[in-house]
Amino acid sequence: MKKTLNLAMLGAVLASSLNALAQEPVRIGFITTLSTPAGYLGEDARDAFRLAIEQEGGKLGGVPVELLVEDDGLQPAKGKQIVDRMTLDGISLYTGVMFSNVLAAVVNAATQGDRFYISANAGPSNLAGEQCKANYFAASYQNDVPHEMAGVAANDLGYQKMVILAPNYQAGRDALAGFKRTFKGEVSEIYTKLNQLDFSVELARVRALNPDAVFQFHPGGAGINFAKQYGSSGLAKSIPMVVPVFSMDERMLAATGNVAEGVNVVSGWNPQSDKPANQAFIQAFTAKYNRAPTMYAAQGYDTARLIGSALKATSGNLEDADAFRSALRAADFDSVRGDFRFGSNQHAVIDWHLLKVQAGADGKLAEVPVKTIATAQVDSYAAKCAL
Amino acid sequence: MLLLEQLLNGLQYSALLFLLASGLTLIFGIMGVINLAHGAFYMVGAFCAAYTAMASGSFWLGGLAALAGSALYGLVIETAIIRRLYNRDHLDQVLATLAVVFFTNELITLLFGRSPPAMPTPEWYGAFVEVLPGLMYPVSRLLFIGAGLLVAVGMWLLINHTRLGMLIRAGADDHEMVGALGVNIGRLYTLVFVFGCALCGLAGFMAAPLLSVEIGMGEKVLITTFVVIVVGGVGSVRGALVGALLIGMVDSLGRAYVPPLLDQLLPAETSGALSAGLLSASAYIVMALVLLVRPRGLLPARA
Repeated sequence: MKKTLNLAMLGAVLASSLNALAQEPVRIGFITTLSTPAGYLGEDARDAFRLAIEQEGGKLGGVPVELLVEDDGLQPAKGKQIVDRMTLDGISLYTGVMFSNVLAAVVNAATQGDRFYISANAGPSNLAGEQCKANYFAASYQNDVPHEMAGVAANDLGYQKMVILAPNYQAGRDALAGFKRTFKGEVSEIYTKLNQLDFSVELARVRALNPDAVFQFHPGGAGINFAKQYGSSGLAKSIPMVVPVFSMDERMLAATGNVAEGVNVVSGWNPQSDKPANQAFIQAFTAKYNRAPTMYAAQGYDTARLIGSALKATSGNLEDADAFRSALRAADFDSVRGDFRFGSNQHAVIDWHLLKVQAGADGKLAEVPVKTIATAQVDSYAAKCAL
Repeated sequence: MLLLEQLLNGLQYSALLFLLASGLTLIFGIMGVINLAHGAFYMVGAFCAAYTAMASGSFWLGGLAALAGSALYGLVIETAIIRRLYNRDHLDQVLATLAVVFFTNELITLLFGRSPPAMPTPEWYGAFVEVLPGLMYPVSRLLFIGAGLLVAVGMWLLINHTRLGMLIRAGADDHEMVGALGVNIGRLYTLVFVFGCALCGLAGFMAAPLLSVEIGMGEKVLITTFVVIVVGGVGSVRGALVGALLIGMVDSLGRAYVPPLLDQLLPAETSGALSAGLLSASAYIVMALVLLVRPRGLLPARA
């Protein structure tokens, strides 16, 4: 209560004195998922975002910022409540939502008027095409691209016949559709249940179909279940797997253990890229949090530094929305993911990499880069956006 | 051959459900407590197994730690909270045990963080056995089925052939009368609760190498476990066994055969949505059908 009161008072002070505006910190609403088994996604993005602020001594782009973190619990309704409360408090810059269903509930309130939302993860297709928004940026990726890139990777690896699996809900169906858009061979689709624990039945069907390779989209716990059981079923030895990074991020790899060896992972972030910005990020993150960052962390860090570049260009003045928007579009920052620019629909245009799970230099399993699948990949909806 | 393999898969899922349901049904049937926190003990078991096995390098020590950890945590929770709920109504029990779920989730997050750990397994665990000519089945899943079988036989012996089992049966029928006859009913309750928690620990240990060891893993399986005990008949271990087999088999065989069948009968768009709907509802459809015919479940504890 006291905090809200303080915030309200702070808001009043801000409104009454324009002069004071330059000194007051820019407040950033960070709505993300911290509870539930998927809480590690939000945790990594938040920690990386905080790291970027800390490295500048409480500033981004030389402008003091204050990060207000709230847990949406992976519930769209809760996300909506938080964003409504934050807009009442006068916050006009938002980021942090991990999941597309929560983002759908948050995005309208967070982009109305002169407010801005910059996505650090979810990139649903409806916001990339005809309904793209002037004040909405996806610094992460567009949802379909990782799956399309997995299709390209499967073509490159010479697979002709594949079994593709995903849970039967919107993102799962989108994943399979994205994969089929680029994959040239023959596919058999198997839909799993959302929150399914045991995959033995599906794995027996995979064995009977005997494909060249398997593509599967199961983020978080379900992906760990799948990979563990894929390994223990012996399929991992005979039928390779091609997955988007959501199905095998660093934390999932640590939880899956040795049976994950040999999995092909498609990612927009190459953790072993020797780009100085990337190496510095990984070192700083690991030193501070004592764990390896995931691509959720990489995207969170990029989002923070993108915001920093726009704050710098506008001296922290969010009142002039057009100037802030142009500054964001310029994307004048050193991305840990390599070359970065925004497409015409304000979605990240980045390179995509094929990684392979194998023993790294220290003998521990790591996602080791194999090749670049595509450079400066524009998503399939950009052409429909009128911005 | 594929059918046989799918039957084994169904049996293995049934074993997981039985390990959880047998303890839950005893607690529900004998003490009358709706224990939403039952899944939390399963999670505690899985975390104890994974971290002990990682620290010691011994798979079996992990198992021991899972049993001990879940039982000990069960003892603490029973003494501190559950004991006060026996004479309260169901709403109080639901609220209190739900709070235990949240508390346990946060406790595990504080102790171990949000990253799911990996359970190390010995070499033989990843091996395969030729159960029938031409049918190779992983040791990991056979072990699971074996554990379920062992517990089923053990429970049968315990309940039908020991003094403790007699008291449990009597307690399920009329706990006031048992108390009036001079049996320390409070201690019996504690014992049953801790025993149920140890079974959760066993399930957690068996599941740790195959499933993601994560915060909230118990809630995912809890609802199905409740369906199992309702189908089987509340308070009846035999019912839990039959319910677990029925739900496990329907789920597994349904996932194996319904989608290909519907694909042949219907156009692709409708068949996909229909089979997904049928499969996610399969356990509830079974429950509804059973309750229509036998409102007290298949093998109710009290005739």
